[in-house]
Amino acid sequence: MRCTPEQLDLNHPLYALFNRDMLIRFTDKGLYVEAAGVYIDPWKPVAKALITHGHSDHARWGHSQYISVQSSVSILKHRLGDIIVTGKKYGETFKINGVEFSFHPAGHIIGSAQIRVAHKGEVWVVSGDYKVENDGISEAFEPVACQHFITESTFGLPVFKWKPQEHVYADMLEWWQRNAADNRSSIISAYSLGKAQRILKGLSSSCPGPVYAHGAIFTIHEILRNEGWDLPEILPMPLGSVVPDIQKALVLAPPGAIGSSWQKRLKDPVSAAASGWMGVRGTRRRSAVDRGFVLSDHADWDGLNQAIEATGATSVYVTHGYTDIFSKWLNEKGYDAHIVKTEYGTDQEELLNAEADTLSSADIDDASNSGEAISPSEKDIIL
Amino acid sequence: MKRFSSLFLELDQTNKTNEKVKALAAYFNQAGDEDKLWAIALFSHKRPRRTISTTLLREFASEAGNIPLWLFEESYHIVGDLAETIALVLPVAENSSEHSLTYWIEQIASMDKMETDVKKAMVLAAWNALSSEERFVYNKIITGGFRMGVSQKLMTRALSISTGMDENLLAHRLMGSWQPQNSTFESLILKEGSEDNISQPYPFYLAYALETEPESLGNAADWQAEWKWDGIRGQLILRKGEVFLWSRGEELITEQFPEFRRLSESLPDGVVMDGEILLRDPDTDLIRSFADLQTRLGRKSVSAKMINEHPAILLAYDLLEYEGKDIRHYPLEERRSILQELIKSTDSSALLRLSQAIELDEWESFSLIREKSREFSAEGLMLKRRSAPYLSGRKKGDWWKWKVDPYQVDAVMIYAQRGHGRRANLYTDYTFAVWDGDKLVPFTKAYSGLTDVEFAAVTRFVNQNTLEKFGPVRSVKAELVFELAFEGIQESKRHKSGIALRFPRIKRWRKDKPASEANTLEDLRQLLSV
Repeated sequence: MRCTPEQLDLNHPLYALFNRDMLIRFTDKGLYVEAAGVYIDPWKPVAKALITHGHSDHARWGHSQYISVQSSVSILKHRLGDIIVTGKKYGETFKINGVEFSFHPAGHIIGSAQIRVAHKGEVWVVSGDYKVENDGISEAFEPVACQHFITESTFGLPVFKWKPQEHVYADMLEWWQRNAADNRSSIISAYSLGKAQRILKGLSSSCPGPVYAHGAIFTIHEILRNEGWDLPEILPMPLGSVVPDIQKALVLAPPGAIGSSWQKRLKDPVSAAASGWMGVRGTRRRSAVDRGFVLSDHADWDGLNQAIEATGATSVYVTHGYTDIFSKWLNEKGYDAHIVKTEYGTDQEELLNAEADTLSSADIDDASNSGEAISPSEKDIIL
Repeated sequence: MKRFSSLFLELDQTNKTNEKVKALAAYFNQAGDEDKLWAIALFSHKRPRRTISTTLLREFASEAGNIPLWLFEESYHIVGDLAETIALVLPVAENSSEHSLTYWIEQIASMDKMETDVKKAMVLAAWNALSSEERFVYNKIITGGFRMGVSQKLMTRALSISTGMDENLLAHRLMGSWQPQNSTFESLILKEGSEDNISQPYPFYLAYALETEPESLGNAADWQAEWKWDGIRGQLILRKGEVFLWSRGEELITEQFPEFRRLSESLPDGVVMDGEILLRDPDTDLIRSFADLQTRLGRKSVSAKMINEHPAILLAYDLLEYEGKDIRHYPLEERRSILQELIKSTDSSALLRLSQAIELDEWESFSLIREKSREFSAEGLMLKRRSAPYLSGRKKGDWWKWKVDPYQVDAVMIYAQRGHGRRANLYTDYTFAVWDGDKLVPFTKAYSGLTDVEFAAVTRFVNQNTLEKFGPVRSVKAELVFELAFEGIQESKRHKSGIALRFPRIKRWRKDKPASEANTLEDLRQLLSV
């Protein structure tokens, strides 16, 4: 929060948040566990930061010390360079100044975690970004009992309901095979950390042809394979002359590369995007891809509601997404729900626009706030 | 229904004309005659009448989707399409159905006089038997808003591929006021002579805008120019003693312009003319504004007083049928000369006149004439090749619109609203203001002309600079300046600013201009006197 308690008007709904003696406080640097003196996913440089996952709006550069789940350490090092980072196992409890912490699977991407914070009988869970469907590659989401649950609401509207992922993979395979039969390569825009691995895992059992990847995706892919993740073998996108089998291949590229000069290496490809936003016709048509697959690494409407219910929490804090609508809904359902302004994906519209921007390949800079956006290292490669 | 909804999906997934035609032709090859006729009707914007209010549909959908109505409305604001929002919030269907498109359309039509609970039971049963794609199509039909990004031209081409019939003949047969309820695919499309119906209009020949210098059209002497009037394009038919007047949108508008019936007394039978309908001031003989014409169009019946005060006139520019014979293949020069003789012989100059043709040898002379357009209440010139036949639909080559440059104004954006459909997530509809002393006065809305990237940038500005929210509308800090283009300006008592613009649209974003340098209301008022 930008304002201090003194500046707050008594009628402001957030006043209650400050007036309470809370284990986690919402400050202008991030979520602050005062009793332990540590921040969770801070957006300004701090001494000690606990990180839920490796996306750039949650794991930022400049903290003196990082603590994450073990499977996220190499990702953080790859993205943030030479940092001091300690890895913890899922479920392992550790104490900082007497406050108890533990990481629990969030099912969002490889190495994503919810962070449980417990002190003097008060239990909080910071869920970061999450999805409840098990994608077979990110550690599957586990509900963690708590009194206070901090949630995202990227897809917190009842119009977002995902179909079982097997249907989406089957559609993708059919689409790819049809393109291959026409001798046209199939290019899917997918975020390099998360969506790319998920698609590869989902298709790996029945790949009908070779898979090539943009440099940003290939690099992370190799790091994860070296760490022992069960991912299929893929090829880096060739630089110069076009290899013959690429006309029958699947090509994965980050959203910014679609429609850019990078794509010119492919002759007459068919393009697709894989994202939750593809569930809405307007966004799908605006995205300038030929095909939209509805596949998200965030929980859908039912997923969010189930996850919140499963925690048994009475207080819910909504950090990003359709915060105003979703918190109103939760309040009607009897939760003590609040909107908390953070710098994760910021506001619903900004998130959507960031999405639109990355898809139209322009304005890549503004997209870096979004949880599903491009990392700085990818930008360098594209530009 | 499955076949039609997968056609819809295919059309939705491609921007390529050829693929759309291919999908349509495949549909026409497979679907039953009844469904084909309905599909043609839907693509031609002949929608079945609405038999259930959208208010009821919203209630049913939020109940079936197990969400409160306010949440449904919020979702609708964000999705931007009612049919789609309903399809998305409903739970997965428990049943499936093999019923045809026609079956569902007829069921929807049958609901008209039924009690609300009966309607509800029928709609809920339908939703529970249709897949999400089918539901979307069903909802589009029931809400009466069907747009599929397929032009009449594409549809006709696909039908031509599927039936092996000539495209122009098909276009002709599909004209007019046929309804799928009372015709069949056989009688409308296939049967010889089905275009012989006495009210049957010809497809209009539509011009493209000239975007290059006129010199590119070749020798100026091969061309003629006519004023491009700001009226309604109309086709006047006189057959078997009866007069029919069609608008370009293929609506029969004889009732709104009953004075033309009198032409049956002076014109010979078997005549079809293409021309511009305008309203005239009987005292000065000057043309009335387009707004007056719109008022007339909006009336179900027109009083004698209206006709006396502002009588309508047809400025005819082409003759398509003469002595009962289709003469569209004659060169323009020949058609015009018959038309001229015909009009001379009728002596009904209060109702029917020849739209003047200007013939010149130099493009430069045409250019000079064009600059005078506004003095003649015209929007510019129409250029027509004198040797050309009368073609069907929008074709490049022989007819060109050569409009005068639009008026321009620099205005400040003060309100923004989300777009619909494709742009539902972006703020695309803006209200603009100009300075009146030190106050900004709103004077027009405009919603086209920016790229998606620009819309996204403006949307970010709106999010960061919202002053107040009024439902879907936001008032924003007066900071962004846009150059607007428009075709005309009139005094208006209905608007706060006292003026109304014709065809306003955004020309470009003036990032170089601060709000203080936008135009004033006085600047706009001065244009009124031009």
